[in-house]
Amino acid sequence: MKTKALRRNLTGAIAVLVSIVVFLVPFAFIILTAAKSAPQASLLDLSLPTEWLLWQNLVDVMQTRDYMLVRAFVNSTVLTVTSVVLMVVMAAMVGYVLQRRSSRWNPLVNFLVLAGLIVPPAVVPTIWVLQTIGLFKTMPGMIFIEATFGLSFCILLFRAFVSTIPKELDEAAIIDGAGPLRLFFQVVLPLLKPVVVTVVVVQAVAVFNDFTGPLYFLPGSDNATVQLTLYNFQSQTLNQWNLLFMNIFLITIPPLVMYIVFNRQIVAGMTSGAVKG
Amino acid sequence: MTTLVASRPSADDALKPPKRRQIKSSYPTWFYIPAGVFYLVLFAVPTFASFYFSLTRWTLFDTEFIGLDNFIQFFSEPMLVRGFTNTFIFGFLTSGAKVVLGLLLGVFLTSQIAARGYLRSVVFFPVLVSTIGVGITFKVLMDPFDGLINSALALFGITGPGWLTDPSLALLSIALVDIWRGVGIATLIYIAGIAAIPPEYYEAARVDGANGWQRFWRITVPLVRPATTTVVLLSLIGGLRAFDLIWAMTRGGPGFTSDVIGSVIYKQYQAGFYGLSTAGNVVLFLVVTAIIVPISLWFNKREVER
Repeated sequence: MKTKALRRNLTGAIAVLVSIVVFLVPFAFIILTAAKSAPQASLLDLSLPTEWLLWQNLVDVMQTRDYMLVRAFVNSTVLTVTSVVLMVVMAAMVGYVLQRRSSRWNPLVNFLVLAGLIVPPAVVPTIWVLQTIGLFKTMPGMIFIEATFGLSFCILLFRAFVSTIPKELDEAAIIDGAGPLRLFFQVVLPLLKPVVVTVVVVQAVAVFNDFTGPLYFLPGSDNATVQLTLYNFQSQTLNQWNLLFMNIFLITIPPLVMYIVFNRQIVAGMTSGAVKG
Repeated sequence: MTTLVASRPSADDALKPPKRRQIKSSYPTWFYIPAGVFYLVLFAVPTFASFYFSLTRWTLFDTEFIGLDNFIQFFSEPMLVRGFTNTFIFGFLTSGAKVVLGLLLGVFLTSQIAARGYLRSVVFFPVLVSTIGVGITFKVLMDPFDGLINSALALFGITGPGWLTDPSLALLSIALVDIWRGVGIATLIYIAGIAAIPPEYYEAARVDGANGWQRFWRITVPLVRPATTTVVLLSLIGGLRAFDLIWAMTRGGPGFTSDVIGSVIYKQYQAGFYGLSTAGNVVLFLVVTAIIVPISLWFNKREVER
């Protein structure tokens, strides 16, 4: 028994050591470089900063190019919040009807959902469509794009979860006189909360971190998202590594906070949706 | 829509309903419409249009039909062919590694070890950082001269390679970073899958004298098949479409040695060759479909047989 506990602690200790080298050193590198002065940061080593300039670098990177990063944060937040709300409502409606009602449309809808997950979006024709309807290079256009591209994954999660809600609940509500809209928004949607949390966190992180979408569909500096500023920053200021890594550090914080807050729910939602579905 | 329902008097409903219709209408088909419109306009139409535009020389305003020229060009220029083969290498390498490492980490992180909670979080951590952020960070860490990785190797007397500057290594280095970044999701899915296996199975096997190795191969591996399906499909779909990490780290270089279809599409788009870029999209579409559809059918068949 004693040797077993010893072995358990030993493997744990080795795993912690490996994890420090493999996972924590890169993060430490980001934070340390973000806290250094420009000359020291350009050495690109893992030393401690001779003086901690975390706050100074933060202010500097914010002020670069007329508060570009601040605007980008606003843009990214608007983009993330609205597209995720759209996605959740639309995908929940589809997943719910798809699971509850069996009709001859089901195979077709299922096929389209899978196609949406598998088929890579055709980039230039999408730009062409956006231009035709006047939404190219606009925030609404980008929001609609993110919402559309995220739909399939959300629908799959919702459909799997709706099957765990007893149909008797619907029937009780119908007998009490609830119409389809009330039934969905006041009875079913609140019950979907666990999977809504999962979908919101996963998609919010995905949209916030999306680079390819804004690169193609939202070019120009007015609407730049945080990922685009990072990308542009990289090509502009080669000798200001401290500011570049401060930028990386800053845009990592929102997803990190989301994850820390919702950690448990994500795993629970994954268990009910992704694996059993 | 809301007013429509609110204004409908419930007495009216009570008067006419044939019962079957009333129950059906609680799950109205029009719930498909909002998502359907978005899907149709921004996904289905561009996808179908891409088949036509890939056959044209296209300026976004004018199209000139040129038949299969774009595809012929795609498969006759060495740099484009390189992108084609690299896509397979990258896709299979990363998803294979994510399956193996994800399963091993999943088993490890569901067993009784010290610091389990910490280890689980730290493996998942990279998933949260933006791909561009990861790409830039590792581009710096993998620098052949100043990079931290080679400086660390030098301490042990090893001369590290030019991770991203050596043409034969660049794609593999990026794949390595992609695995580093994505193994957290695979592990999370496997942890969920392993947690769903009833512990009685392991107890029974232990009573029958099965060792750890046998328990792993005979119980864990077969019973986490749904998780494996999810991991394989998600990582293959992601891997075959890869673009942003590669773009952030090498932009397809040195030369064209780390180009994949995704970066070829972007380069042709940037250069204004919209028709050729769209042809790249069609090729990517065919590659992804030709690989994902048989694999998912195979997985589903096996699942039913069991």
